[in-house]
Amino acid sequence: MSSSKQALAHAASADAAPGDQPGAAGRAHGRGTPPPPGPDSWRSRLYRWDMKASPYAFIAPFFIVFGAFSLVPLLYTAWYSLHNVQLANLDGQTWTGLDNYQNLLSSDFFWNALWNTCTIGVISTVPQLLMAIGLAHLLNYKLRGSTVWRVVMLTPYATSVAAATLVFVLLYSWDGGMINWLLEFVGIDPVNWRESDWGSQFAVSSIVIWRWTGYNALIYLAAMQAIPADLYESAAIDGANRWQQFLHVTIPQLRPTILFTVVVSTIGATQLFGEPLLFGGVSGSKGGSEHQYQTLGLYMYDQGWIIGNLGKASAIAWTMFLILLIVAVIQLLVSRRLRKSQ
Amino acid sequence: MRTSTRGSRRLVALAAAAALTTGLLAGCAEDSDDSSPNEGGGNGGGGKTTLTVGTFGTFGYKQAGLYDEYMKLHPDISIKENVTTRTDVYWPKVLTRLQAGSGADDIQAIEIMNVTEAVQTQADKFVDLGKEVDKSQWLGWKNAQATTKDGKLIGLGTDVGPMAICYRKDLFEKAGLETDRTKLAAQWKGDWGKYVDLGKEYMKKAPSGTKFVDSASSVYNAALGGAAERYYKDDGTVDWDKSQGVKNAWDVAMDVATSDMSAKLKQFDKPWDQGYANGTFATVACPAWMIGYILEKSGDSGKGKWDVAAAPTASNWGGSFIGVPTSGKHQKEAIALAKWLTAPEQQAKVFAKQASFPSTPSAYSTLKPAAATTEYFSNAPITQIFSDSAKTIPSQYFGIKDQAINTALTDIGILQVEQKGKTPDQGWDAASKEIKDVLGQ
Repeated sequence: MSSSKQALAHAASADAAPGDQPGAAGRAHGRGTPPPPGPDSWRSRLYRWDMKASPYAFIAPFFIVFGAFSLVPLLYTAWYSLHNVQLANLDGQTWTGLDNYQNLLSSDFFWNALWNTCTIGVISTVPQLLMAIGLAHLLNYKLRGSTVWRVVMLTPYATSVAAATLVFVLLYSWDGGMINWLLEFVGIDPVNWRESDWGSQFAVSSIVIWRWTGYNALIYLAAMQAIPADLYESAAIDGANRWQQFLHVTIPQLRPTILFTVVVSTIGATQLFGEPLLFGGVSGSKGGSEHQYQTLGLYMYDQGWIIGNLGKASAIAWTMFLILLIVAVIQLLVSRRLRKSQ
Repeated sequence: MRTSTRGSRRLVALAAAAALTTGLLAGCAEDSDDSSPNEGGGNGGGGKTTLTVGTFGTFGYKQAGLYDEYMKLHPDISIKENVTTRTDVYWPKVLTRLQAGSGADDIQAIEIMNVTEAVQTQADKFVDLGKEVDKSQWLGWKNAQATTKDGKLIGLGTDVGPMAICYRKDLFEKAGLETDRTKLAAQWKGDWGKYVDLGKEYMKKAPSGTKFVDSASSVYNAALGGAAERYYKDDGTVDWDKSQGVKNAWDVAMDVATSDMSAKLKQFDKPWDQGYANGTFATVACPAWMIGYILEKSGDSGKGKWDVAAAPTASNWGGSFIGVPTSGKHQKEAIALAKWLTAPEQQAKVFAKQASFPSTPSAYSTLKPAAATTEYFSNAPITQIFSDSAKTIPSQYFGIKDQAINTALTDIGILQVEQKGKTPDQGWDAASKEIKDVLGQ
């Protein structure tokens, strides 16, 4: 073992200093002194390269994948959005400049989809986050079998969108669905959940709420458990009851977490796609006969893959991207103001 | 000691990397090996050719055991079917793969609604099958739909969708209507309007919780399927708002939608399936392929209660083709398989299992539905009924955006009238707006 090691070192040093006597170098190693760190020794150059390049090599996989699967498609989509591209004829694209965007801005369906995205976003995100805070607060008490409750909270999130939505479709079925049956039981006229304007939006939102409330509650719970107990103790000494403690200790301490969940939920709401698509069943990409729950995501899918107008679909994709950027900037400004006010 | 472990670790890493690389290279090599021996007859050890067949919905080939049979006849071939349930997901995927020149299956199914688009825009991506088969085997109008202007046949006809009316004998009896299939057919012969009139009759004494028909859209599709002109003129110009066929079908559908005889279900939705199971509608416009669907969804509760009568007019709804993409590696084998799958004998086997109706008339004399099917549908002579219809179906021209226009009229226009209480004019206007968007006008 040691002799072969020596031979290797021998060869390496012979390489590094061709002028040296091989025998002398071998003896130097045998005595255990390291090779001289000469400025142009092969080993040290390699070492310096290792120091400089390795970190980049380590992070490269992400950026290569990001480039290949996010950046290139993003730029390609921008290029497509300036052309008339049909799904059946991808090579025969013609330059149309900003026509697709102009077309969008004058399309009723686009504004309708944008509006629906906002309304469904609000009626799904707001109750969802409020309920999540409430649930997290309850879970934060000392409970028997708290782990079980927490796991149960997360199960809807682990369910696939498709499975959950199919169940909801049956629940909301206008003829013989469980929800209409319950309504009838308490004397309310059955609602055509898929075709009524607010009914359908409410139904879609309820799927989103059902799936994401537990997830957000767990995030809040984690943040709540990081709040130092002495804050509550001193609040209790000052005579604050549970509710006052929640309002004046928990909520202010949770502020950055709340902001985070709002950002994530807003992005999710803007991209809402699977739930309304599957809720609509056959031809679900239309979002109902009056497009009453067609979100931007559905509109893009309908234009691109059903109608086959990829140029326009790309324009929608970029418009969505710009809307998200604007939302992100607004949220950045808000969070900055919040931080200053603290 | 320390240096030595680090060295050996590095060695291990190197070895692992080397193993991975050679593994990858070996993988590539194996791939190319796979195709070579077959050209020489395929007698090399384990040199099987794998053919992939891309379909949507249920084609019945697997169900009828055709793949197994073919593999037994050709030991060097193995067949894999890639099924996509929804057509609206299936077709865009096929289009992109065809144009990318890779990723398409060796055999790709084409739905009748998409066949014009395929003929007009993808003809160079499909093998001309006209030279490979005896074209006279197929119904003339079926071949015409898959033939390009310069006579290239891009797909072989699989099934066709000749129309009948499937009805619940037991519900008809309770409503005090005629239950005999020939007398019923005579009552509505020649006019879908008469069928709707019978529906009004049914609703007067309808058993509680039942309606006459599943949806207005299904009546619309059935009526349109027998029209001489759909949404396009034969020269390919769009003419949907002036077409007499569309107008007639629309009027009949509006009559259904506004007279409370429809269960207001959307076809192929889950609640529609439930409607079959619970027997909430008494009739359904019934292309041959629907027979298998009813069998599956209506289940044991409907056994012996269903019957089949001839439709008011000869009409076609659905039916597909299978084509061989030029990008396939095993074209010769794929063509042979496509030929075999669509030959009259095999189409008859699919009919026996799945009741998908053959597009090859020479099969009609040999057709035998499964005993269970006959029993289920009250011994109705479905073979006779469907072949009479198939032979007289007009040759319809399907336009390039046929499917999208049809969806706009049924799922926007008719649905608004049927489920939201809009007037027929409002429904028509909403559909027009949608179609303008589809056509980019």
